Amino acid sequence: MAELREKTQLMNSQDLNRVIRRIAHEMVECNKGTDNMILVGIHRRGVYIARRLQKLIEEAEGTKVPCGELDITLYRDDLTTLSEQPIVHSTRMPADISGKHIFLVDDVLFTGRTVRAALEALVDLGRPQIVQLAVIIDRGHRELPIHADICGKKTPTSRSEVVEVRVDELDGKDEVVICECDA
Amino acid sequence: MSATLNEIGQVTWRHRSVIDLDNWTREEFYFFLDQSRHMENVMDRPVKKVPALRGKMCVNLFFENSTRTRVSFELAEKMLSADVVNWSVSGSSAAKGETMRDTAWTLEAMGADIVVMRHGAVGAAQYLASKLKRGIVLNAGDGTHAHPTQALLDVYTAWKHFGDLTGRKIALVGDVLHSRVARSDVIAFRTMGCEVVLSGPPTMMPREAETLGVNYERDPRKAVAGADMVYLLRIQRERQQDGLFPSVDEYHRWWGADEELMKYASPGALAMHPGPINRGVEIASEVADGHQSVILEQVRSGVATRMALLYLCGGGAR
Repeated sequence: MAELREKTQLMNSQDLNRVIRRIAHEMVECNKGTDNMILVGIHRRGVYIARRLQKLIEEAEGTKVPCGELDITLYRDDLTTLSEQPIVHSTRMPADISGKHIFLVDDVLFTGRTVRAALEALVDLGRPQIVQLAVIIDRGHRELPIHADICGKKTPTSRSEVVEVRVDELDGKDEVVICECDA
Repeated sequence: MSATLNEIGQVTWRHRSVIDLDNWTREEFYFFLDQSRHMENVMDRPVKKVPALRGKMCVNLFFENSTRTRVSFELAEKMLSADVVNWSVSGSSAAKGETMRDTAWTLEAMGADIVVMRHGAVGAAQYLASKLKRGIVLNAGDGTHAHPTQALLDVYTAWKHFGDLTGRKIALVGDVLHSRVARSDVIAFRTMGCEVVLSGPPTMMPREAETLGVNYERDPRKAVAGADMVYLLRIQRERQQDGLFPSVDEYHRWWGADEELMKYASPGALAMHPGPINRGVEIASEVADGHQSVILEQVRSGVATRMALLYLCGGGAR
């Protein structure tokens, strides 16, 4: 197993929370209000970020936007090449997504394969009017024609690096760090 | 529910072919139940299909008739987007005298990844698995030995109702001797920490019942007393000709589950049955259709748990 060594802190708790707050405002601006909109967090950290966005939007606009969670495991394109099956997590939608403005939320945008799988999973659940993507970090190295509509920070990285967005709910603190993979 | 996500995360799935559940640990059961729950969620979607097993070929090889188990497996395979081939004995070369070893090699040459097999002989699934170089075998029943997917769906159904199953009591009533369902259920529910009691005519009890770590009560009322689950085993009418019980009526009067018998169970007990049910034999209609019956839930659980088994054992690189 390769070891992960922490290299740099990209955002501290304050930075990360400012970014999430800005994303919340951009979403409402983009949707021209909160009508018809659904937040969908991609497992695992996207789910927690989506819940925070929901709270921040409620504070700013006074409306609780529906928030769902999406697990893309069964839609991965590498299932036939993995030696071990990845664990399936729950998928829950708060309402019918057909005709809605969906904001997919994830922590890091990298190859774009997770987002591709998420789009396929979403289409199986209904036919949204529009799907947009919000991420905390865009680290480059896309392998598919996918981009983020709302992005916290663009950071050039090398392929051997790992970007970790840590959230208090799971990791005990809020921060973004770049780690190096020592093979 | 009982097992936390953290505990679940620590399970590394090690099973490929599943012949019986003898070496499954409680942690593996809980992990499996959690995964089954997510599979059941797929059944409620507008599009009841996920691409997880795209490109995998499943062969349902049935040497004994079983519409339900086969259809349940077939649905599970299709919901995971696998390619499905049904190979039934009536039209197969087994009737022409092909040995199982040759059948296994034929399936492999055709590219089968997963073979689901039902066979009348004990050990058939194990034998087939030993002959396949690449593919895996999921046992859909081998003689009176084991029916692991039935036990998995039974445990899943109970878990959805009770959560942690430790200390729960299950009474298995009926023809235990000829029942692979009973054997697999005894092992599975014991692993989950349940108390298991058997009941039924003494002619239908295996001699080794005690060695399984379970008690036998001839009187079903005593067996059912305080039980959280009352599990009725199917009685094959042919057994009467073997002289194992005097008449269907008499069987029903003594060991059939009616409302009267269910009163001895704990309040909120579940009435379970592997199907197909014989109304008026091992189960009265008032119980089969009553509020305690989870028989149709079991059918639904069967698809969800088989999806989980196919996904966990049959996916990935080979």
